[in-house]
Amino acid sequence: MYAAILVLTAMALAIGLLLAVASQHLRPPPDETAEAVEQVLPGTNCGQCGLPGCSVGARAVAAGEIPVNFCPPGGRAVAEEIARITGRPLVLDDSDDGVRRVARVTREDLCTGCLRCIKVCPTDAIIGAPKQIHGVLPEACSGCEACVEACAAGAIEMVPEPVTLANWRWPRPMEANDRAT
Amino acid sequence: MLLSKPRLIRGGVRTEPRKQPTAGCPLEPLKPSGPLYVSLGQHIGAPALPAVQPGDAVAKGQRLGTPEQGLSAAVHAPTSGRVTAVTRHPAPHPSGLTVPTVVLEPDGEERWTAERPEPLTEEVEQLEPATISRRVAEAGIVGMGGAAFPAAVKLGSGQPVDTLILNGGECEPYLTCDDRLMRERAAGIVDGGRLMARALGARRTAVGVEDNKPEAIHALRRAAASLGGVEVVPIPSLWPQGSEKHLIYTLTGREVPAGALAADIGVVAHNVGTAYAVHRAVRQGRPLISRPVTVGGGAVAAPTNFEAPLGMPSRTLLEQAGGLREDPARVLAGGPMMGPIVPLEAAVAKGTNGVIALTRGEIREAEGRPCIRCGRCVDACPMGLMPFEIANRAAADDIDGAAASGLMDCLTCGSCAYVCPSDRPLVQLFHYARGQRAERAAAKERAELQRRMAEQRAERQRREQERKKAAAAARRQQRAARSKGGEAGTEGSQPDAAPSGEETES
Amino acid sequence: MSELVAGPHTRAPLSLPTLMRQVLLAAFPATAFGIWLYGWPALYLLLITLASALAGEALSLRAAGRPVRSGLSDGSALVAGWILAMSLPPWAPWWIGAIGGLLATVLGKGVFGGTGQNPFNPAMAARVALLIAFPAAMTRWVAPAPLGTEQAPGLLDSLRITFLGRADWDAVTSATTLDATRTAVTQGQDLQAVLPEAYEPALAALGYAAGSLAEGSALLLAAGGAYLIYQRVISWETPLVLLATLAVLATGTHALDPQRYNDAGVHLLAGSTILAAFFIATDPTTSPATTAGRAIFAAGCAAIIWIVRTYGGYPEATAFAVLLMNACTPLIDHWIRPRVYGRTRQGAPLATGKEEA
Repeated sequence: MYAAILVLTAMALAIGLLLAVASQHLRPPPDETAEAVEQVLPGTNCGQCGLPGCSVGARAVAAGEIPVNFCPPGGRAVAEEIARITGRPLVLDDSDDGVRRVARVTREDLCTGCLRCIKVCPTDAIIGAPKQIHGVLPEACSGCEACVEACAAGAIEMVPEPVTLANWRWPRPMEANDRAT
Repeated sequence: MLLSKPRLIRGGVRTEPRKQPTAGCPLEPLKPSGPLYVSLGQHIGAPALPAVQPGDAVAKGQRLGTPEQGLSAAVHAPTSGRVTAVTRHPAPHPSGLTVPTVVLEPDGEERWTAERPEPLTEEVEQLEPATISRRVAEAGIVGMGGAAFPAAVKLGSGQPVDTLILNGGECEPYLTCDDRLMRERAAGIVDGGRLMARALGARRTAVGVEDNKPEAIHALRRAAASLGGVEVVPIPSLWPQGSEKHLIYTLTGREVPAGALAADIGVVAHNVGTAYAVHRAVRQGRPLISRPVTVGGGAVAAPTNFEAPLGMPSRTLLEQAGGLREDPARVLAGGPMMGPIVPLEAAVAKGTNGVIALTRGEIREAEGRPCIRCGRCVDACPMGLMPFEIANRAAADDIDGAAASGLMDCLTCGSCAYVCPSDRPLVQLFHYARGQRAERAAAKERAELQRRMAEQRAERQRREQERKKAAAAARRQQRAARSKGGEAGTEGSQPDAAPSGEETES
Repeated sequence: MSELVAGPHTRAPLSLPTLMRQVLLAAFPATAFGIWLYGWPALYLLLITLASALAGEALSLRAAGRPVRSGLSDGSALVAGWILAMSLPPWAPWWIGAIGGLLATVLGKGVFGGTGQNPFNPAMAARVALLIAFPAAMTRWVAPAPLGTEQAPGLLDSLRITFLGRADWDAVTSATTLDATRTAVTQGQDLQAVLPEAYEPALAALGYAAGSLAEGSALLLAAGGAYLIYQRVISWETPLVLLATLAVLATGTHALDPQRYNDAGVHLLAGSTILAAFFIATDPTTSPATTAGRAIFAAGCAAIIWIVRTYGGYPEATAFAVLLMNACTPLIDHWIRPRVYGRTRQGAPLATGKEEA
């Protein structure tokens, strides 16, 4: 009987050791993961995550240093993609209500046409000429909020993305709120 | 390609038909009383462009909207009157979101437009297929079974079509407008079917009618006997026999392959109402401006059938049917299986076949009871899917898993939810999962667009930098050259190398 | 007026609590017969098991943070407890019923996520756990002592039997039919010689024999099962395939060697075959969701029942067979699926006939 216990224990230890070694050395190289993650990030280097750029963030999340939902403008969609690429669990916090926020010139009466917002927009989503009221293309807005900071008149702010028949989605049925069933 | 004996579809459910008392109510034409809200987007594709402005006087049948480029359809005035606004109005959609709408105040005269196309009375064989297609497009005809796909596109696709099927199924409980149309206007439907077959080049035409409508079958058979060219085939009465895919299978024995259209297997299906509209467009020059609608449900005082003008609000239809005798639990635009809940202000559109106000006792709420994997949904699913698996994955937000289980093959017909003993909200879970999938795809496209634009901007700034550097270098060179020239004495005055013009920061 | 919900807005009149109620209704005649046959201790055992099952379910729901009231109202805990009680020895002590009820609902259902999430039949899982943990108490059978006869203990004596052990009452212990045939085969005796003392087909069909609380009466159980099929609560494929497979196996082997193998009559009427065929193998959560899948499941159960009864170490095999096939259910559901409209069996879209490029 003791022989059996010894043999099985030894086997368990050996296989456990093997698994631990494999998880360390057979992991996909972080560079590939980081590259894949960078592809799904907005690429605007807006800095809302607190890091100096999207590529830095991609490397950090691939190495497991920061959570998968670290990119605020990316929202839930980007967090899900990152979770899928890195294989890490998707953890969302309540601050993300799933609504995408885009910039809009809400106070046209305050807009002076000074071009400051246009100069800082990383995706050229703002259109307008000098001394004319500017407008934002919602599709091109990555949510980096640089324009909001740049506008001296406070004419531009972040609003929820306008809902049209084209992008309206069915809500989750309340009766199936229990995620297990 | 037509079978001699119709095939039974897989699954399906036998719902209570609830066709009485409206099955005995003839189609009563309604005169527009209040403002009409004629939607410019009551079809699949891009909304029509407004052809009128507020203040314009319009005649009955006059064009209110011209088709947009690509997939679109024309829209015409249901009556004569004045355009009071071109604005946005709630669509018959569960979201209650708005569509571009022309608001028309009727003047009560029912004055026809002078631009009405002339009636074509020739035999079907003497008409050119292209003529028929053109008339259908001009009349703004779309699929009237609910799908609202521009009919002219289906007629003019150029693909070889062997069989035309007219859908007289009407498998939704409560709805009887198609039944009445078949009983009262059988000859028009048969003629419309023959016209469509001519436009398509179809060899055979068949009308599939559920066997719970013996009078309609009789009327159509009589019409077909005298006009010829159309077979009338009774089909089993069950839900969702009227689904295009299943009607085709029942009548021809062939399945529409996944991801393909019926035209890919040489079959085209149209609702009987669409056929009647084609008949009117060709024979009377009448555009699509009204349609049969059933107003029913336990909350309605006098349920009946109307021929309602487009743009009449659901609220008005209910009033015309004697009003509501009690506060309804749900008001649907269509039947209880697939009809959406719509706002009362939403108006009759080309695809609206019913306004059904149900009492609390007639509906069953979804419950939060767990799935017991009993498999009734699998037995009921007409597409051969395993609905409980898709739904449980969707509920767990495993969207990829749900798609792998067949989410995109689902008709959302509701057969599964109908039989579920736990009353689970299966169809809404499917809608939810599809929405998540669409959102993900849209987000991906958006991210790519933004990355491209960011790269373009970076490229532009780089070029700008280089240009400035080059200009600055050129200036330095010229200054150096000038000073050298100045030391050597002035042989000829060098033109002053003026600095390049101020570049405006852009 | 109403919040945003999708259709269908009308549904078939069948609901989950109704389903469970029908099952209890169908099980009632056989249970009542069992109580009459074995006396008041059987009733007490049934009540204790039911109470313990409900308590266990309430505990699991509370621990999972789900509403207790609505969770209990779907009736699945009651059904699990009832079927478990039907398969217990009728004069078993109270703690068998209590522990069994808790095991069924907490370890058989609760830890997996509650109703609909359990991979194993809760009643059978509890029964097997009890059998292996308390073999003596779970294999002590009594001869029938019908209410009203002198062998039947009175209400008070029955309380003593159930709660204080059986020391006070002079009951006749008895072996079941399967016990007897098992012993005979192990000892190498001729089955045909042993059988007449231990088995009487008419009585076995009626249920007038030593056995579990309500497994015995094949007639009453089959009647209940027929009612369930008629009401479309269960499908007819599972019971039919299970009984047919078992009958074929039994008849075939019996014809080959009557001294070694029991015939179809013994296999179908003795033990809990009929109960399993109509009430246990038909449990929706733990059996496959397709018709073909259920047929495979039923055939597998029958085969394992026959094998374990004939060659295995236990005389009664139904519980083991059901549990083993429960383990196969996810695999069966994965491989046995209907063909999707417009696609081949492998899932690729059908050809349109225009593929020649």
